[in-house]
Amino acid sequence: MARVVLEHVTKRFDGTTAIDDLSLEIHDEEFLVLLGPSGCGKSTALRMIAGLESPTEGTISIGERVVNDVEAKNRDIAMVFQSYALYPHMTVRRNIEFPLRSRRVAPTERDQLVSDAAESLGLAPLLDRKPAQLSGGQRQRVALARAIVRRPEAFLMDEPLSNLDAKLRVQTRAELVELQRRLSATVLYVTHDQVEAMTMGHRIAVLDTGVLQQVAPPQEVYARPANLFVARFIGSPPMNTVEGRIKRADGALVVELPGGHAPLPPPIARAVAARNLDQVVLGARPEDLRFGREDGVTASVTAVESLGHECHVACRLDDGQLVIVRQRSQADVPKPDEKVRLVAAPEVLHVFDPTTGSRVDGDT
Amino acid sequence: MSVEAAGIGVGRGRRVAGKIARYALLTVLAIVVLFPIYITIVNSLLVPSAITSQPPKFFPTNPQWSSYSSAWDAGHMGEYLKNSFIVTILITVGQVVTAVLAGYAFAFLQFPFKRTLFVVFLATLMVPFEVTIVTNVTTVNDLGLFNTYWGLAVPFLATGFGAFLMRQAFLVLPQDLRDAAALDGYGHFRFLTRVAVPLARPAVAALTVFAFLAAWNQYLWPLLVTSGDSHRTVQIGLKQLRGLSIDQVNVTFAGAVIAVIPLVILLLVFQKQLVRGLTAGAVKG
Amino acid sequence: MTAAISDDRVVSKSTRRKERGLALLFLAPSLLVFGVFVFYPLIHNAYLGFYRTPPFPGLPKTYVGLDQYKDVLTSSDFFDSLKTTVLFAVMTVPVGIALGLALAVLAHQQLRGIGIYRTFFSSTVATSVAVAAVIFGTLMNPQVGLLPWLGVNPHPPILQNPTWALPAVAVTTIWQTLGLTFILMSAGLQTVPDELLEAARVDGAGAWARFWHVTLPLLSPTIFFAVVIGTIFAFQTFGQIDLLTQGGPLNKTNVLTYFIYTELIQNSNEGKAAVLAIALFLLTLLLALAQIRFLERRVTYER
Repeated sequence: MARVVLEHVTKRFDGTTAIDDLSLEIHDEEFLVLLGPSGCGKSTALRMIAGLESPTEGTISIGERVVNDVEAKNRDIAMVFQSYALYPHMTVRRNIEFPLRSRRVAPTERDQLVSDAAESLGLAPLLDRKPAQLSGGQRQRVALARAIVRRPEAFLMDEPLSNLDAKLRVQTRAELVELQRRLSATVLYVTHDQVEAMTMGHRIAVLDTGVLQQVAPPQEVYARPANLFVARFIGSPPMNTVEGRIKRADGALVVELPGGHAPLPPPIARAVAARNLDQVVLGARPEDLRFGREDGVTASVTAVESLGHECHVACRLDDGQLVIVRQRSQADVPKPDEKVRLVAAPEVLHVFDPTTGSRVDGDT
Repeated sequence: MSVEAAGIGVGRGRRVAGKIARYALLTVLAIVVLFPIYITIVNSLLVPSAITSQPPKFFPTNPQWSSYSSAWDAGHMGEYLKNSFIVTILITVGQVVTAVLAGYAFAFLQFPFKRTLFVVFLATLMVPFEVTIVTNVTTVNDLGLFNTYWGLAVPFLATGFGAFLMRQAFLVLPQDLRDAAALDGYGHFRFLTRVAVPLARPAVAALTVFAFLAAWNQYLWPLLVTSGDSHRTVQIGLKQLRGLSIDQVNVTFAGAVIAVIPLVILLLVFQKQLVRGLTAGAVKG
Repeated sequence: MTAAISDDRVVSKSTRRKERGLALLFLAPSLLVFGVFVFYPLIHNAYLGFYRTPPFPGLPKTYVGLDQYKDVLTSSDFFDSLKTTVLFAVMTVPVGIALGLALAVLAHQQLRGIGIYRTFFSSTVATSVAVAAVIFGTLMNPQVGLLPWLGVNPHPPILQNPTWALPAVAVTTIWQTLGLTFILMSAGLQTVPDELLEAARVDGAGAWARFWHVTLPLLSPTIFFAVVIGTIFAFQTFGQIDLLTQGGPLNKTNVLTYFIYTELIQNSNEGKAAVLAIALFLLTLLLALAQIRFLERRVTYER
């Protein structure tokens, strides 16, 4: 296994920039998730590493060699396609063998590798079937087997779970994580599903319109999103964001919101002052908000969704903006049209610069 | 950094070389494929002595357009073109109309023996033309259609292929559409003309182009049922021109060009439809 | 949802009767044409084979039962013609398909301006059998300078040359059908998913390996169709023969269709022509069925 490094990689197609100056390292034996909405360029990045597209600028290295001019077939990486791309006219065995045949591996060794790969994925009884006779989950495992059979330097996975039904997806997610651990494999995993990203990756790299937004372990991406895009993309329901003016009250900086104000913790207040911001975007995750009797911000409840283990309360602020509150307990749930006060501890608030969208941190 | 930059340069250079090689191969092959047509056009503009000389001339530096007027007038190609157009249009219209009607019946109407009748339609594809000529010539003669436009067109006014194509195209339209139209008071004929055919326009276009092409290029049948210049088609006209002596060889080439031009125009305009018509049976297996 | 013609729709009897009438009306034109010009001739043709045509016109034909069939179908003329027909098909169909496929693969690349090349390669679809024959025939005239200048100058000249006449007609035919084959193969190539070829690239397969292991198997339905249709058309070759060699030299290009033609038009031997036509029909039918039976097994359909 090896590490994969992209240095200042840019990809332009006919005037559009799909990837803009991307520098990213996938550490050896790391499971890195490349996360972003459709069209953000994540598949393009993957294909460039695979060798199916070439970068307009920048270098891509696998292991310690620069592979910009190395053909896909010589890059020693394996790829699992979203649609699995199984050869429909070949049996499962032939499908898994194919990469070994291409490299002229000796028959005895080849058979051994194939049966090892098939065993590890529970495919042994299916070796003589054709893809059309397999279920979606089975086909996915064949695609995986074909990828692992030749012990490549790195694995690339392009939304491999998106064609599976929800239940199978959850199960396969865990299996993939376990597989990576067992093989100590370097994996670049592309997805638009933030749940997959949060549960599977050692680190998440968030991409939007070709620009890298943040790369950090899941907890950090969740707790300290680097900008508004990441803040809103990760988390379900998404983080509530409201714009507010900075005001001075009792000698401290507060954010004036419709129906109230939110005090800023001193480190953030200092950072806000240092940047001379008179407006900020305040972010609060639904689970960090509670209903209080004083302070906070006034709002009116519009709808309550009860999910059994928690409730989602949708509230409208005085200026009409929508805020969602997650409440664990089923007791004291406000009713629609009730007037409430939303409170949050200052430490859980996120502050963002309204023009750049970037996070305003206490220690910057 | 410089080593890496050099690496990129070499790779890019290699890629460019590969691209040039590919274009070169494609161009060579294109030249080979187009050469007969090219040389025909060239030769049609040369003097016969230039055509028989060695080395041959590959470019008409002094184009002689007289061969075209010879082919048109003395060679009667103008007349033959007219005949071909008339017959081809007759056949095309006939084939499309019968195919649309039959295809609609198979797709939307219920009647007994539907499956058997469809097999009958398909069976016509299996009967090679030569088996029918012996009798058809007699039939056409008996009907008094020898040396007439109808005589040239009548055996081809319907094809199994056309009905098959239109049936497939109509089957794609949901039965719900028909039911909704029925509720709106549309009888079958109005539904056919106002809804089904417009929606199946690509298939109709494909069939039209395909039928036109096939009818225009017919050889054996016009040979059998025409004599003399009055109703001869362009393809049989070419047979006359083939018989010209070597000192009129440029006229022969001009005739070939005249015969091809209408189709070239048709195909440049309707390339997509033609492809669809040609591949109707093939790709889906 | 494709049209499910639910035959258990509940409709009134009169509606059903009206539909049946309408169906008859819509099918009648086609059926009329088929009846008069396809099926009746087929049967009549078989029937004509039972009658020997007299050597002089005006005399009645004589019923001979299957004797004429026997005589004609066991004659050396017939076998020669049959051999020529099959030989011609063997010369044109495989080569034509291989060339069409090669061009289609080359024109399937993602290069700028590839569309122009595709138009060039499909251009012969505008040519008819007659046009191709006139072009090639005239070029093969020994007095025309092109071929001798290239060193091609056989004695006797190509179209009068017993060895080279049939290949020459074959080359003409292959060129004329190249456009069609190209279009067909190109359409087939579109059905090969790009992702599959990408997966093969990543799996380490070079260009040839990708073609052989992925493209070709997935193209087999199209190739199969091309072989069956191509063979049927090869057996129906007529125009080129009439324009280039008229069945000669020494009957070396006397394919069955031309044989039928000469017997019917030049020898006025209706009976013999009818027998030959039936033979052609059966040959075409049997070969198509045989191909379907034996080749379709090797075709890999995706389902």
